Amino acid sequence: MIHSPYIRKPASVQRVMFAVLLALLPGVAAYVWQVAEVVVVNLLLATVTALAAEALMLALRKRPVAPALSDLSAVVTAWLVVLCFPPILPWWVTVLGVLIAIVAVKHLYGGLGQNPFNPAMVAYCAMIVAFPSLMSQWPPAGQLDFQTQLDLVLGGAREIDAITGATALDAMRTGLRASGASVDAVLLQPGAFGAFGGRGWEWLPLGYAAGGLYLFARRIITWHMPVAFLAALALISGVFWLANPAQFAPPWFHLASGGAMLAAFFIVTDPVSGATTPRGKLIFAAGIALIAYLIRVFGAFPEGIAFAVLLMNICVPLIDMKTQPPVFGHREGRLP
Amino acid sequence: MTVRLFNFRGGVKPDSHKNESSATPIARAALPPRLVIPLRQGIRSTARCLVEVGQSVLKGECIGEGEGPLGTAVHASTSGTVVEVAPYPMAHASGLDTLCVVIEPDGADEWIAHEALDRRTLPREAVLKYLSDHGIVGMGGATFPTHIKLGNGRGIDTLVINGAECEPWITCDDRLMRERAADILSGAAILRELIGADRTLVGIEDNKPEAIEAMGRAAAVLSEPIEIVAVPTLYPAGGEKQLIRVLTGIEIAHGKLGSEFGVQCFNVGTAHAVCRAIHHGEPLISRVVTLTGNVDRPGNHEVLIGTPVESLLALAAPRPDTDRYLMGGPMMGVALPDLGVPIAKGSNCVIAASPALFPPPPPELPCIRCGACARVCPADLQPFELYWFSRAKNVGKAQEYHLFDCIECGCCSFVCPSHIPLVDYFRFSKSEIWARERELKAADHARERFEFRNFRQEREKEEKAAKLAAKAAETRAKLSGTPGAGDTAPRPADEDPKKALIAAALARAKQQKAAVAPKNTDALDADARAEIAAIDARREKAKLEGSDAAS
Repeated sequence: MIHSPYIRKPASVQRVMFAVLLALLPGVAAYVWQVAEVVVVNLLLATVTALAAEALMLALRKRPVAPALSDLSAVVTAWLVVLCFPPILPWWVTVLGVLIAIVAVKHLYGGLGQNPFNPAMVAYCAMIVAFPSLMSQWPPAGQLDFQTQLDLVLGGAREIDAITGATALDAMRTGLRASGASVDAVLLQPGAFGAFGGRGWEWLPLGYAAGGLYLFARRIITWHMPVAFLAALALISGVFWLANPAQFAPPWFHLASGGAMLAAFFIVTDPVSGATTPRGKLIFAAGIALIAYLIRVFGAFPEGIAFAVLLMNICVPLIDMKTQPPVFGHREGRLP
Repeated sequence: MTVRLFNFRGGVKPDSHKNESSATPIARAALPPRLVIPLRQGIRSTARCLVEVGQSVLKGECIGEGEGPLGTAVHASTSGTVVEVAPYPMAHASGLDTLCVVIEPDGADEWIAHEALDRRTLPREAVLKYLSDHGIVGMGGATFPTHIKLGNGRGIDTLVINGAECEPWITCDDRLMRERAADILSGAAILRELIGADRTLVGIEDNKPEAIEAMGRAAAVLSEPIEIVAVPTLYPAGGEKQLIRVLTGIEIAHGKLGSEFGVQCFNVGTAHAVCRAIHHGEPLISRVVTLTGNVDRPGNHEVLIGTPVESLLALAAPRPDTDRYLMGGPMMGVALPDLGVPIAKGSNCVIAASPALFPPPPPELPCIRCGACARVCPADLQPFELYWFSRAKNVGKAQEYHLFDCIECGCCSFVCPSHIPLVDYFRFSKSEIWARERELKAADHARERFEFRNFRQEREKEEKAAKLAAKAAETRAKLSGTPGAGDTAPRPADEDPKKALIAAALARAKQQKAAVAPKNTDALDADARAEIAAIDARREKAKLEGSDAAS
């Protein structure tokens, strides 16, 4: 017996996930155009791996395979894993990362909607801990031809130092820490830096931001998380920069570098593992930004967003519980 | 003066589908072959049947008397003969049968004598009683008795007339406002006067410009403090609390009634019925019903209360692929269990449904916590949290997250990308909680009885013990008291003669001894002997006297 309502908006998980993939395209396009064409190969490889792993896990868990496979959530996870990994990783690192995300983080916790941690971020953390040098090989934008990139991905000799340069964040760290140079001096070094972020790489955040605005316009994400994340990151980096401009990079550098924009619109906004209440979203996203900045500047890794996301994922149940919005007719009363 | 509008959070904009049925004027539905008039008009009370099988009744004759304070009367919708008084299914989610009076119309449609009420000469209470006796209840769907909502005539400053009609497909209020605006507003004026309000706000969704215009024209000629307000089209703007919020900014607190905040709300159909009752003496025996959906001739019809749905369908000509019928709108309506279900006072719409028009929902997928449901919830709930708790049967937690503030409007289910029937989960949890509360009440009752039994047994035991102890004490007292108390009094009487006897015996033995062996008295002279004899004689005499006295 079907009960009311008898009508439904033409909405589906598949549509939501498809919109997210669509929103990633500007960023991917910038990636291909400015940095490394091989990212397309990685995306394909990751997509196939994710779908295969998803199908296998669903079969093992005795769940209907077709509807879950067609919801495209595994593809979104796979793409996010690829986009936060270096593009010239050997193929098996990408595959391993996707397997961790789909098998361990998603299905071992109960499948779609049940994972307390962001799958792509767990994959990133696991890989950077397991293969720190491989995971730190970011190619300088536009200097490797496609054949070289493909060779690196498919295996073979890796002349690491010859082909990879430091990312903007990395260069900034080593510049500031090892050589004791000031921010301005580091930024003037040739190679790593562009107009406001990593050279060439700085186009990617613009692509991600464009996709994020599309998601916002489609009402798939709300303004809370991107705004809170970027504002908190700008605020804390701004405070340090104003206090000591020679030792701390300016806020726009932090916003345009690393995975900040990808995180703001696509990682932090993951609904499953994130906070859900309006106030909770603000706290969650701002917390990630603050932790990520501290790890970037004072921690052992050049990019701290992934660890920050996992740390804040842990806090989500508490944040949600403590930020339940007042209910109609209960404006004064809050949940205990 | 313009009214400042407020908004409520959430809401959805489903396709309105109002144009199908709103174009044609209200038509009078033909007399059906039989009328099944439910005696139970709301969920709160059932009228007491006043007629017997075989009795002939006139149109407007009272056939059911309201019982209790919430009771309202039920009337025959046409003249004819009562052929049956029996339970019939109703359009309600429970599918439960309710007692109905079945009337076979005689075709004459002959009215009982009725006349307008001159309410100026009557006290307020008498007018409320009159409305209850004319079967006036809320016609927006909940059929709450109007005379109860009118309250005590104090403390209300704003009367809200609800013409929002936010559910898709339904246009009965729209047509009513377009065609009978004057009657609605005159009923609203009566309601305002009875409730003691200073102003009347009529809220109409802005997708009904013709109705707004007609009502505005009718209001212009009245010297009443009435404002016709166009409110944004956003389901569920026609929910009572939502409309009050939009028009006045007042948020009715949980568990409170509008009257406690100085505002009360009535449907336009109710205002119309009040006007018919007061100005024409007509009880509530018909209403406007929208027939629409998968039909060839959608439209609105004035339908007698008790007309079975099957008798109406021919008017709309349902298409062959119609697979079921809904009573009410597609957001909150109920699928009819069978077509014999009669039109009741709250039945506003019958929709013919087909798989093409209302496709079955796609399979349910896991919740991805996207929060779309929370963004559209007009009660500001977090439906997905309630869903997790309901799924886990953690109804206590669901209650803590305000499950009972859910008005079951269906917005969350409407937008859910995972196609989860959220409202069904909430209905389930609510019924679970009600069942538990009933059980708890029963258990409390049983526990109380058990505890009282224990207490009674204990008390009886104590009482018994106390009684026993008292008895034992008494017995002991008796037993120990008998020797002690009798010692002093009767003994001397017993003992003295004994002692005397003994003393006498001793004395005799002494005397015999003395007589056998005289001592120093042997050699006495005669005087001495005579003296002794005299003493002895006295002694003897005294002895005799003593023993006499003793005996």
